[in-house]
Amino acid sequence: MSSTNTKPSTAVLDHDKVADQAQSYVAQFERKETFVQRFQKFLHQYPIAAPSIVLILAIIGFSMIVGGRFLHPFNLSLILQQVTIIGVIGVAQTLIILTAGIDLSVGAIMVLASVVMGRMAMDYGFDAWLALLIGIGVGAIAGFINGLLITRMKLPPFIATLGSWNVFFALNLWYSKSETIRSQDISAAAPLLQWLGETINVFGARLTYGSLLMLGIFFVIWYALNWTPWGRHVYATGDDPAAAKLAGIRTDRILLSVYILAGVVCALGAWVLIGRIGSVSPQAGYTTNLDSITAVVIGGCSLFGGRGSIYGTLIGALVVGVFRNGLALAGVDVLWQEFTVGILIIVAVGVDQWIRRGTA
Amino acid sequence: MAAQYDKTPVLQTKNLVKRYGSVTAIDHADFELYPGEILAVIGDNGAGKSSLIKALSGALIPDEGEILLDGKPVHFSSPMEARALGIETVYQNLAVSPALNIADNLFLGRELLKPGILGSVFRMLDKKEMERRAKDKMTELGLMTIQNISQAVESLSGGQRQGVAVARSALFGSKVVIMDEPTAALGVKESRRVLNLIKEVRDRGLPIILISHNMPHVFEVADRIHIHRLGKRAAIVTPQSHTMSDAVAIMTGAMDLGSSEEEAA
Repeated sequence: MSSTNTKPSTAVLDHDKVADQAQSYVAQFERKETFVQRFQKFLHQYPIAAPSIVLILAIIGFSMIVGGRFLHPFNLSLILQQVTIIGVIGVAQTLIILTAGIDLSVGAIMVLASVVMGRMAMDYGFDAWLALLIGIGVGAIAGFINGLLITRMKLPPFIATLGSWNVFFALNLWYSKSETIRSQDISAAAPLLQWLGETINVFGARLTYGSLLMLGIFFVIWYALNWTPWGRHVYATGDDPAAAKLAGIRTDRILLSVYILAGVVCALGAWVLIGRIGSVSPQAGYTTNLDSITAVVIGGCSLFGGRGSIYGTLIGALVVGVFRNGLALAGVDVLWQEFTVGILIIVAVGVDQWIRRGTA
Repeated sequence: MAAQYDKTPVLQTKNLVKRYGSVTAIDHADFELYPGEILAVIGDNGAGKSSLIKALSGALIPDEGEILLDGKPVHFSSPMEARALGIETVYQNLAVSPALNIADNLFLGRELLKPGILGSVFRMLDKKEMERRAKDKMTELGLMTIQNISQAVESLSGGQRQGVAVARSALFGSKVVIMDEPTAALGVKESRRVLNLIKEVRDRGLPIILISHNMPHVFEVADRIHIHRLGKRAAIVTPQSHTMSDAVAIMTGAMDLGSSEEEAA
């Protein structure tokens, strides 16, 4: 270091002089922002904008293709019913993806909890409320196991939940003996389990209690994420775990709480599932895993953690629901509905990358 | 020098020892930080200065010796405990959470809750109060060139981010602020701002321990310089009494200040 040979006082003066003369505009480039660049910036600033625009365009598009049937309150409430399960499980998935994790076992936890609820009420004759509580407890325990694998054994969430997905699904088949509990039997013995499938009429739209519960869950989790210290810690943990730890956050505890909460939300999803299909089937909800991830990704959550919002997931779930429903009304084969959802995911992630690149 | 050096040191170690197996990282080290000063800690790589700093910030538990805060012995078993006693540390690059905004970052881990039932039962954040205090602190430290307290930290420059980290330590540090290489990742202009900020914090009464490899920076802002070598203090010099080359010579063992009882002169 050559400056060590100079007397300190002069070195400091030199340093000051040089620093003051330094051109302050070295890193600035004169450039006019094009419309596309401004749009890119806008999308970056409001992460909710991109999925919202897609949703609005999809609604306009399908109402032009399919006509009035699509916008009929009855159909809109049908869409809401169809997205209820994805929405609820999407909440659980959002929590986990915000921590830079992923949970492949959400669907399996949901089905397992629904089977437990069904058998507790039907085979053991427990009060329906108690059966529900036990089912929620099973969801919590399943989430706790995932959380332990990730925080104590330090397994990557993808691997941990890939394993637990298979374990929970096998337990579900074993416990249910691969038998479906029929809808008539449930409505005779434990109608509470199906209560979320009942509808109420709001201006010609038929809302299920399940849809209302979904909106309730969204509200509660939105509040927890945005208005409590816990929510800030969830974001910080997903964003940069090392920085979060240095700020005094016990990140392992946060992760554990997130996985347990996700398990509980999945169990509530189980209740919604029973209401939606009426029966308890160990084979139900098989696609929910990937659908929930789809909703979260389309909703603008970053798979790298720390970025995204819970209402993005609601919009993401609605986008999926609107495309499925609209394509079905337009008479498009189920096969091509799946195809379209696949394209949606790829486009969503692609757009997300593009938005981030633009403002780096 | 000033009368502050007759007072009890704010933070002090006596005969501190830390061994890792056969390696002695801290070898009966003494250390004193006096009220209202910027004390730079310099030393070659492997001299054990980071072990010393870790012991002071609670990240490391020493085997022997004692740490005194305001003259009273203290024992930290985690950085949290040191923080609870008013010792804040600004880390080199892991300082902030990029996706969170400035106010959130300042209060991360120490959020304020709304008074009454909203806070106690619903755990509701008092966002307004946190933003107000964050804005006050940033203005006080001359950092309010940052227009919007609710903008994400990732939209700030490196120096501004460091500013947020320093503001956080100044907001909560009631006794001591430890800064670990605060200018290492910054450009010339940005370093300049952070150095001014460090002086600003000192002038507001908080003593600062500055760890740095950058001799011009050290000689510019430090009131005293603690030179660490072979696990213990080799000398204390001041920018007035010694040159940078002296300091480097002591640091590397080329010069021995056996006679340096001019320490706090």
